[in-house]
Amino acid sequence: MPLATPSAELPAARMGEALLRMSGISKRFGAAAVLSDAQFDLRAGEVHVLAGENGAGKSTLMKILGGVITDFDGQIEIGGRRVRPRSPLEAAALGVSIIHQELSLIGPMSVADNISLARHPTRAGFVETRRQEAQARDRLARLGVDLDVRRPVEEYPIAIRQLIEIAKALSGDAKIIVMDEPTSALNSQEAATLFRLIGTLKEAGCGIVYISHKMEEIESLANRITVLRDGRYIGTADAADLPIPKLIEWMVGREMAERTPRTPPPRASTPRLEVAGLSFRARTGTNRVGVQDVTLQAYPGEIVGLGGLEGSGASELLLGLFGAVGHPVAGQVRLDGRPVAICSPRQAIAAGVSLLTNDRKETGLVLPLSITANISLASLPEISRGGWVSSSHERRIAADSARSLRIHARSLDLPVAALSGGNQQKVALAKWIQTRPRLMLLDEPTRGVDIGAKREIYTLINEWTRDGVSILLITSEMSELLELSDRIYVMHRGQIAAELERKEASAEAVLSAAMGGASPASETSTS
Amino acid sequence: MTGIPSLPPRDGSFFKNVLTSAGMRALAALILVLVLGALFNAHGTFFKAATHRDALRQASVYGILACGMTLVIIGAGIDLAVGSVLALTAVATAKMAIHWSWSPWLVIPAALLVGAGCGLTSGVITARFKVQPFIATLAVMVFARGLAKYCSSAAGQQFAGGMKVSTAVPQPDGTYQYVDIPGLFRAIDSRVFGQNVSVVTLIFLGCAAATYLALARHRWGRYLYAIGGNEAAARLSGVPVVAAKIASYVACGLFSAVAGICQAAQEQQGDPEAGVGYELIAIAMVVIGGTSLMGGRGGMGLTFLGVLTIGYLEKILSINAVPEAARLMLTGVVIVIAVLSQQRRET
Repeated sequence: MPLATPSAELPAARMGEALLRMSGISKRFGAAAVLSDAQFDLRAGEVHVLAGENGAGKSTLMKILGGVITDFDGQIEIGGRRVRPRSPLEAAALGVSIIHQELSLIGPMSVADNISLARHPTRAGFVETRRQEAQARDRLARLGVDLDVRRPVEEYPIAIRQLIEIAKALSGDAKIIVMDEPTSALNSQEAATLFRLIGTLKEAGCGIVYISHKMEEIESLANRITVLRDGRYIGTADAADLPIPKLIEWMVGREMAERTPRTPPPRASTPRLEVAGLSFRARTGTNRVGVQDVTLQAYPGEIVGLGGLEGSGASELLLGLFGAVGHPVAGQVRLDGRPVAICSPRQAIAAGVSLLTNDRKETGLVLPLSITANISLASLPEISRGGWVSSSHERRIAADSARSLRIHARSLDLPVAALSGGNQQKVALAKWIQTRPRLMLLDEPTRGVDIGAKREIYTLINEWTRDGVSILLITSEMSELLELSDRIYVMHRGQIAAELERKEASAEAVLSAAMGGASPASETSTS
Repeated sequence: MTGIPSLPPRDGSFFKNVLTSAGMRALAALILVLVLGALFNAHGTFFKAATHRDALRQASVYGILACGMTLVIIGAGIDLAVGSVLALTAVATAKMAIHWSWSPWLVIPAALLVGAGCGLTSGVITARFKVQPFIATLAVMVFARGLAKYCSSAAGQQFAGGMKVSTAVPQPDGTYQYVDIPGLFRAIDSRVFGQNVSVVTLIFLGCAAATYLALARHRWGRYLYAIGGNEAAARLSGVPVVAAKIASYVACGLFSAVAGICQAAQEQQGDPEAGVGYELIAIAMVVIGGTSLMGGRGGMGLTFLGVLTIGYLEKILSINAVPEAARLMLTGVVIVIAVLSQQRRET
C-alpha cells in the first residue's frame, strides 16, 4: 500500500457530517460506576475536546470506542451504522485511531519496525525492508520530522518517541482520531508541529477527539467541548460559548478559587542555596544535555522557577543538585552558607534536600508498594529503631500525611498504583515532606494532575514556603511558572539564559530567553 | 494520568478481597494437594504421623533454600548458585567435622562463612558491577561446583573430579580408615517431640521465621520490596540499593550454607554432586506461593505455602509409588497450574 498525502488517502467526508455518535454509555468496574449514561458525538472536520478531571471517565469512554473495553451498555454509531468494536483491530477497521497517552513502542526495535508493526510490507512472507523504511520516512515527514528510521526507538528522547507513536497510530484510513494528552512530552516547537498536523487532518475531513489538561491548548484548538464529571455527561458546547472559567466550573462543579495571591518573602541575608559555576557532564548514550556553569541562589521561603523548553538542562540541574548523577565537573554548592558536596541521593536527603522527579511512575513511586510504605520510604531510618520498622509509628505518619495533603484513598494499605494521578502525586510529595527538607526540588509537580489537585498542590507549596522551605520549581506550563515563582531563571542548552523578577516575568520574556534570545513571535502564535 | 486507576476498583467486601488475595490462592493450591493426598492415601499411609514428619523433613532443605531465594527474588534478582553452594558447604562441613574432627562451634560458623562468601561474590558482581543476576549467579554456580569438587578430592588429585567426603577417610598409603559419625551430624539428623518432628524441619521453620521478620518488619525488607518494585524510585528516595541487594545475596548464601550443613548431616557425608537442580525447585516453591519473579510483590508467608505444596506433592506421589518419570511430569504440570491460578487478573 503506497503512502500518499493525507488528503489523497482519506475518504472525502463532508465537513460537519456526523462521524460518530455514542449514547447511553455506562460501564461499571465492580461496584464502582465509571461511566453512567454518557454521550459523545463527533463531526467531520472538527476538534472536539473531551474535558474532565482525572477519573471523570474520559479514558474509559475512549477505551470503549477503541475496542479495548468491550462489556458496556449503550450504543455506538459510526458513519450512521450501529457498531460495537470488540477489539482494537476492529476499531481500527472502523476508522478509529487512538494515540495513547502511555507510549506503546518497542524500545530495541527500529523506528521503521515500530511504525509498521504487524503491518510490515512483505513479499512471500519476507519483510521488504527498503519499502518499509520509505513508508516510515514518509509518515514521519507528514509530521514534519526527519529521523534515521533504522535506529532503535529507545535512542530517541521521549518527545520524539511521542511523534513516532502518532505516526504509527495514523494509519491510512483513520477518520476518527483520538489524542489523549498528546503534548505532555512535547516542547512548544514540537507541539506546534502537531497542531499544524491537526489542522491538516481537519481539512481532510477527519474528526479529532482531543483530551488535554492544558488550558492554552483547549482554548486554541477546540471547536466544541464536551465535559464529563464523575462518569456523568455534563454537557457539550461550542468552544466560543465555553470560556475557560466556565469550563472549569463545569469540570469541577464548583467555582474555582481565584489565583493564589503570592507575596515574595522578605529576603534573608544568607541564601538557602547558593550555586556557583556548577557543571555536570551529559550522561553518555542519551540525548540529554549537560549543565554548564550555572550560578544561582534561592533564599529561604522563596519559590525559584526554572523556565526552559525540553532539553534546557533544568531537569538535569535538579538531578545534579540531588546527587543523582554523581560528582559535578566543576563548581560549588552552598546550603545556608556552608559548602556541601552531595554525590548521592542519600547525602542529599541527609542534607535536607529532596527531589520530586518529573515521572512519578518511572522514578517517583514504587507502584506495587502500599501508600503507607511509599510515604515512609525516604524517612525509614527515622521511624525504625535498630532497623526494625515501627509499624504503628509508620501508620500514624501516613495517616497524618494523608489528612494534611488530602490524599483520597479507601485504605492506606492499598498499592499506590490504585490511586488516581493527582493522589499519586500527593503521595510522592508526602514522602518528601516526611524528610523535613529545607530545599525542595520540584520537577513538574502538577504533571498529569487534574485541576482540583493542582490547586491543592499550589496551596501546599505556598504553605511549605511560609515555613521557610526553599523551592526550585520546573514546570512546562507557563501560567504555573508565572503564578508560583518569586523569581525565574530561564535555562537554554544547559546554561542560565536569563534571570527575571516576579514583576518583570512574562510569557514572552521567558520564551524568548528559553529559545536563546530568538524572537518570540513564532512561539507566541502557537501557544 | 487520565481515567480509571490502574487497578480495577474492587468493591469493599472484606471477604471478597481476602478470598482473591495471593495468600488465599496459595492456600487453595496446598489444600488441593492435601485433598489429593487424602483421596490417594496409599492404604492409609497418608494419615500416619510419620508420613507427615517425613514429608516435612524432605521438604526442609529445599525450604531453607527457598527462604534465601524469596529475599533475592523480591529484590528483583535471582540466585542460581544455591544448589552448588549447598554442595560446597556440605563438602566443607563434612571435611571439617569428619576428617578434621573440628568442634561444631567451629564447623558451623566456618561453613556459614563459606556460604556468605559465595553470596557476597554474587551480590558484588550483580549489584556493584551491574552484571545481570542470572549471569552473575550462573558463574558463581559453576565456580562453586568446581570448588566443591576440588575440596573433596584426595591430596594430589585436586583436579581429578572430586569424591564424596564420608566416614571412610582416605589415608596417605591408599587405604581407608573408618571413623565415627560426628555428634553434630547425629544431632541435626535426629527427631524431637517424641520422635514426631525432625530437627531439620525446626531449622527450616527458624529460617522461615527470620526471613518473614526481615521482610515484614525490618527496614532492609522494605528496601528490597522498594528495589524490586521500582529500583530508580528507590534509589532517588535514598534507599541504599547496592548494599541492600548485596545483603540479599549474602543472606541467600547463608541459607544455602545452612541447607548444606543439614544435607551433610542427613547424608552423613559431603557429596560434591549434591544439590544439582535444587535452585530450580527453590525457585518453583517461591513462584508457586505467588511471589512475582519481576520483584516487589510477594512474601515469606507465600513461599512457606509453596514449600508445603511441592513438598506434599512429592510425598503423595512417592507413597503411591508413582514412578519417577511420571512424578517429574506431574510436578511440571502442577507448577504450571498453580502459577496460572496465581496470575493477577489485570484489565
